[in-house]
Amino acid sequence: MRHSIESTLHHFSHALSNALISEKIAARQTLLQKIDVRIRLIGTLLLLIAVVLSHTYRGILVLLAIALCLAILSGVSLFTLAKRVWTVVFLFTAVIAFPALVLTPGPPISSAFGHFQVTETGLRTAILLVLRVETAITITAVLVLSTPWNKLLLATRALGLPAEIVTILGMTHRYIFLLLETASQMFESRKSRTVGILHNADQRSGAGKTAAVLMMKTMDLGNDVYTAMIARGFSGEARILEEPRLRSRDFIALLAFASAAFFCFWIGR
Amino acid sequence: MQVFQISAASFQYDGISAIRDLTLNISGGERTVLLGANGSGKSTLLRMLDGLCFPSHGSITAFGDPLTQHSLNNLEFNFNFRRRVGLVFQNPDAQLFNSTVFEEVAYSPLQLGWTREELHRRVEETLEFMGISHLRDRSPYRLSGGEKKRVAIASVIVLNPDVLLLDEPTATLDPRSTSQLVDLIQQWKGSTKTVITATQQLDIVEDIADRVLILKEGSLLADGTPSQILSNTQLLLTTNLIHAHRHTHGNVIHAHPHLHRHSHDEHEH
Repeated sequence: MRHSIESTLHHFSHALSNALISEKIAARQTLLQKIDVRIRLIGTLLLLIAVVLSHTYRGILVLLAIALCLAILSGVSLFTLAKRVWTVVFLFTAVIAFPALVLTPGPPISSAFGHFQVTETGLRTAILLVLRVETAITITAVLVLSTPWNKLLLATRALGLPAEIVTILGMTHRYIFLLLETASQMFESRKSRTVGILHNADQRSGAGKTAAVLMMKTMDLGNDVYTAMIARGFSGEARILEEPRLRSRDFIALLAFASAAFFCFWIGR
Repeated sequence: MQVFQISAASFQYDGISAIRDLTLNISGGERTVLLGANGSGKSTLLRMLDGLCFPSHGSITAFGDPLTQHSLNNLEFNFNFRRRVGLVFQNPDAQLFNSTVFEEVAYSPLQLGWTREELHRRVEETLEFMGISHLRDRSPYRLSGGEKKRVAIASVIVLNPDVLLLDEPTATLDPRSTSQLVDLIQQWKGSTKTVITATQQLDIVEDIADRVLILKEGSLLADGTPSQILSNTQLLLTTNLIHAHRHTHGNVIHAHPHLHRHSHDEHEH
């Protein structure tokens, strides 16, 4: 089993590299990236509503195909989607869908699970559930991977999210990376001064101390950041940058999103 | 014209004196350097001048008006003061709390209610002036130390303040970035801008100051021109700004004050 400090360091660097990959994709000038983020967000919501309201394979498969086309045309690799989304989502959803295989009444097709019988209706329900979740998460992942996080947050203002919440979430996102880096340096420092192999109890104790120090550093930094905000004119009211005006291509994109969502809902009724 | 008038000001952190009975005037257009070892009160003095903490005894006036929490609670005074005085913090990670460089530089104008057109024009000009236009969409956590410092300065000078307070601006910078920063401060020589820089780096003092103040344990120990202060070896030794340099000649250990000025190649013994 991997040493816990090394494992923690590995997870920190994995989180940072994932963020860098997303930023690189978001910075490309391909299909989705050329559309205003508010339209991307609203379009994604329309497609998600269509996924939820579709009751047939046909409707959901068309939506999945649309999501894959958007991913390819926006520079999001299918390998990244498979690695980050499909595998994990499949495993989690399969666990949830499994009882439906044997508990849903209907014509039996197998008795592979002892006294329980897999029914045809159960199998259909389970496949539909997995497919629906995979499609919904794929659509969301394409949006998240093709959009800088800060712009996505600003776009939520179009849905009525208060400026205070947007500001707090933006600052949280900005400082998560600083804290990840600080935590990573603290673990590296501990590792460089660790002689021999520590017992599990010592490792847990060390991790606890690191968490405590990180918490204190976070509180200090929080105070400093608030002071810096005051120094730069913050007077208690959150103000954020206005988004640019929508262009004609944004309205065309909104129409395309709405048409696709309605079409899929229609064939998936 | 007096920009700041400090009269018998004292300040304590948790019962420990940081500033003791300090009386000082700062004139408009003056370039002042605050010298002092760690814990001498330089940063506290800058924070007091920026209205972030207030003397427990004594008083401060800024542009002729009392600088107190009460006066800063007045929004008109607050906006006017924040527009005229800018502080660049020692730790850029505390100062850079927005998601992108553009948002960072736009933060103060946004808080002060500038129009959209004016804000965008001024931010673009400042990014250009500081040579960081290419970083506009970059997250602060992906910047180098020198880039962070430039963004931090840009985020303050975007308002074109009358007074710039710089807290250890060259700390952690490489020689090239330090040189660029010194060049920037030199550009303000002869202008109406008042620049107060806290530093421990003696080699940049003559380039960025007309007046030097030495603080020790929160008290003003010396006030003079750069040449007067830097030629006073005994004063610099007692304030821990220079150190005894020891080396051997054969079997004899030889010690004398060590002062770095201009560069390591030209340092004086």
